[in-house]
Amino acid sequence: MNKEQTSPVTRRDFLRTTGAVVGATAVGALSVERAAFAAPNDELKIALIGCGGRGSGAAAQALKTGNVKLVAMADAFKERLDSSLQNIKAQAPNQVTVTPETSFIGLDAYKKAIELADVVILATPPGFRPHQFEEAVRQGKHVFMEKPVATDGPGVRRVLAAAEEAKKKGLKVGVGLQRHHQDGYIETIKRLHDGAIGDIVSMRAYWNDGGVWVRNRRPGQTEMEYQVMNWYYFTWLSGDHIAEQHIHNLDVINWVKNAYPVRCHGMGGRQVRTGKEHGEIFDHHAVEFEYADGSRLFSQCRHIRGCWSSVSEHVQGTKGTADVGANRISGPQAWQYRAQRRRDPYQTEHDNLFDAIRNNKEFNEAFNGAKSSLTSIMGRMATYTGQVIEWDKALNSEMDLFPEKLAWDALPKILPDANGFYPIPTPGVTMIS
Amino acid sequence: MTSHTNYFLQMKPAMRLSAAVVTILGSAVAYGQGAKVDFVKDIKPILQAHCLSCHGPEKPKGDLDLSTRAAAVKGGDGGTSLVAGEPDKSPLYTLTILPHDHDDIMPPKGEKLTKVQTDLLKNWIQQGAEWPESEKLVQVKRIDFVRDIQPILETSCVACHKEGHDEGGLRIDTEELALKSGDSGPSIIPGRASESSFWKLTVLPADHDDLMPPKSKGGPLPKEQTDLIKEWIDQGALWPDGVKLVQKAKAAVAGGESPELVKSIHDFIVKTSGQDKPGAAYKQLIPGTEVSFEMLPIPGGEYTIGSPSSEAGRKEDEGPQKKIKIEPFWMGKTEITWNEYELFQFPDQEKKIRERRSLKGINDPVADLVTRPTTPYVEMSFGMGKDGYPAISMTQHAANTYCKWLSAKTGQFYRLPTEAEWEYACRAGTTTAFSFGDDPEKLGEHAWFVGNSEFKYQKVGVKAPNPWGLHDMHGNVAEWCLDQYLPDAYQKFTEAVTTTPWQKATQPYPHVVRGGSWNDDPELLRSAARNASDPSWKMQDPQLPKSIWYLTDAQFLGFRVVRPVKIPTAEEMAKYWTSGTEKD
Repeated sequence: MNKEQTSPVTRRDFLRTTGAVVGATAVGALSVERAAFAAPNDELKIALIGCGGRGSGAAAQALKTGNVKLVAMADAFKERLDSSLQNIKAQAPNQVTVTPETSFIGLDAYKKAIELADVVILATPPGFRPHQFEEAVRQGKHVFMEKPVATDGPGVRRVLAAAEEAKKKGLKVGVGLQRHHQDGYIETIKRLHDGAIGDIVSMRAYWNDGGVWVRNRRPGQTEMEYQVMNWYYFTWLSGDHIAEQHIHNLDVINWVKNAYPVRCHGMGGRQVRTGKEHGEIFDHHAVEFEYADGSRLFSQCRHIRGCWSSVSEHVQGTKGTADVGANRISGPQAWQYRAQRRRDPYQTEHDNLFDAIRNNKEFNEAFNGAKSSLTSIMGRMATYTGQVIEWDKALNSEMDLFPEKLAWDALPKILPDANGFYPIPTPGVTMIS
Repeated sequence: MTSHTNYFLQMKPAMRLSAAVVTILGSAVAYGQGAKVDFVKDIKPILQAHCLSCHGPEKPKGDLDLSTRAAAVKGGDGGTSLVAGEPDKSPLYTLTILPHDHDDIMPPKGEKLTKVQTDLLKNWIQQGAEWPESEKLVQVKRIDFVRDIQPILETSCVACHKEGHDEGGLRIDTEELALKSGDSGPSIIPGRASESSFWKLTVLPADHDDLMPPKSKGGPLPKEQTDLIKEWIDQGALWPDGVKLVQKAKAAVAGGESPELVKSIHDFIVKTSGQDKPGAAYKQLIPGTEVSFEMLPIPGGEYTIGSPSSEAGRKEDEGPQKKIKIEPFWMGKTEITWNEYELFQFPDQEKKIRERRSLKGINDPVADLVTRPTTPYVEMSFGMGKDGYPAISMTQHAANTYCKWLSAKTGQFYRLPTEAEWEYACRAGTTTAFSFGDDPEKLGEHAWFVGNSEFKYQKVGVKAPNPWGLHDMHGNVAEWCLDQYLPDAYQKFTEAVTTTPWQKATQPYPHVVRGGSWNDDPELLRSAARNASDPSWKMQDPQLPKSIWYLTDAQFLGFRVVRPVKIPTAEEMAKYWTSGTEKD
């Protein structure tokens, strides 16, 4: 990446810039100050970076929050962008002003799309997130980004640094850990924090299920194209499923504990999902996380069909237990959340973010997003190596999974052998620096 | 699973790039200066489709006749159009490469020639403009992609060659992919149908293994269609910018069903059915698996639908009460469980079971053609258990498609019950609020509801059955019916006795849901209580577009199947299996 482009825009820089391009600003996005303090009914322009099903859904939800227009889109692949545009237009025909000139294709397309918006939605494969978040903050934009927000230690550090910068600039940042905006979770965890089951001494979290799609290699694709298309199965892109999905459950436990684990150890491997189309990631991880108060979180995530399945979080207290995901407390203070009218947490997370933008309320989920991402990354480091991994070691890890050069004809760091199989992490052998 | 070539991976990095470049540039490179251009194959189709409509022998525009070589060389008002060996002096070529908004661009109307086509013209002239005297050109119809080709591809090809279904590594839903993908190189070579596997595979003998579409999927295509494809490729395989194809059902009958498939399921059912005596219970094994379910006979008869205004907890939509006549049928003794549903939901898993039991092929030529759900993103039992527990959170479209798949699998006609059939079976001859009486205090013996369910669904068939032997009609999971929900549905029954009413759905919401669930209060479990599906039942589906298969928020909703004694026609079957529309 070009150093100049990634250096943060300082307050002075951007004052100078906005002075110089008044004309452009008038027709383009709001200036940083105006965006940072958008009046309640001002039109907010959004750009969608990463036009898959989730990104399209997030854009549609952002549009539902009020006077919002989708003005620009970016994706690595044109076909993705085209079908996304079609779908969003069908939902909100009067709120989409995207034209071929504001549709950007390619691995660095995001920069141009970000320029045109007040608020950007980052929904590409997670490995791209740190650079994109950095760029959005550099350009002074509010951000909604999907989880996880990084896939390795260097990425987490970038996000944390950019989160600080966002705070200084008064930018609002939402992260797609939507359980934080789900009424049942909010009510349950509020009671747990109020002591409904006493001190929490033991926790369990699961994402055991059958796994997701596979995208087959197509003739003529470069290795980079193939990996970006079939991104779930490459650690630099997805973080492995412990980071891509199980982060939700780990994050709930962090929330209940109001803390992040200090160390972990675990085991994992690939037993069933072993094809070359399954890249390098494991199909199961079991990790024991330790918190500073000595309590342990027992975590499992599995992508194997036909096994016991559960996606849930459970905590044991000195005075009772809670099935957090089922919003249920058992024991002397037994309680079950029952909604009068259920709200969609995916919508609520956008309602809350846009409310914060319009009314200048404190809103920066990037810190928690980065730390819960790191929780899952630390777990993965433990299962890949078989070693005890300390929080600080994970955070300060020098193992940068991102390609040296990001281009369709450049090579990712992980490459297949002559038969198309990728090297698989081996506990006891694989090392984390 | 698609096999794919990995030759690519064995090359050194530098070579990989050049391989990619060759593929991307595709035919442009293949038809560079070196390749010999063939008049009949390459040039004639272009001239006939794009030039001859104005420049034929009869009153040609600008007095330029392009039907023979001599006439082309002679030229028209502006002099010669063709100077052999010198493309730059041949207006036949130079006018085709002008900017598209230029006044003199040829052809002036409609689609311009592609780069591939103009390069062919150029190279052909360069190489001496060979044009056999026997070749007198006539105008042929210019193929219009949207009008002539798109419908063929959308009904016969896209289903197996789209995102996630790129069989043979080939996708044809966008121009970019159609002209570039394919395990054995590009399948369409613009201007050269005879070298394009895309066309060649459609005209193989009907019993050839490589025929496209395969015989099992309705191939071969009629000759008119393969001729259109050939002509389209020969004319340059033009594909208007941005046109993206989507899978469409063939010559849709009501509800957009593929009539061939329904017809073959119907034929199979007619052949297989009739072994079960009406009035007798039976156990149905799903062929190729060890999973079975029980069906109980429901006698035909009359009853009164709805509830009296005196009934506690009654709502307005349960009246006015009306007399209904029902034809005999069988009904599932219990709700469909995950044991059965996952065979449908995860076709790969089902195939593995068949392979393990060496039962490859049982009844499958038909059943395997039924569309199956996409892989869910979340764990769909939500931790409530699978073995022996009811399947939940499927859309009505998914439940209907399950019935179709099950019918194709078993050779018996299964469908969802109509609302009138459901209430008839639930009441089982009773007229009280519940099939066991009016007292909600006794509900716990007969049903799982919010008072005893421990906030989750429970195994099917545990609680006491109703008088006809059906379990969990009250509670556990609420159950899909076929009908569109109308608050005033019963007011529409104007006859003294209405026979087998069915409010055929025309919109995706709301559909009728009956029986109440583990999460409901007693009054919603009454025999007459009606509920209606709502878009909020899939609000937590975070994707756009939302899934047509899953109602992520309806963790209280399942279904059971019925089988009418009388076998309907294929057309009627199609209507039952496509109630409403699948998209929101």
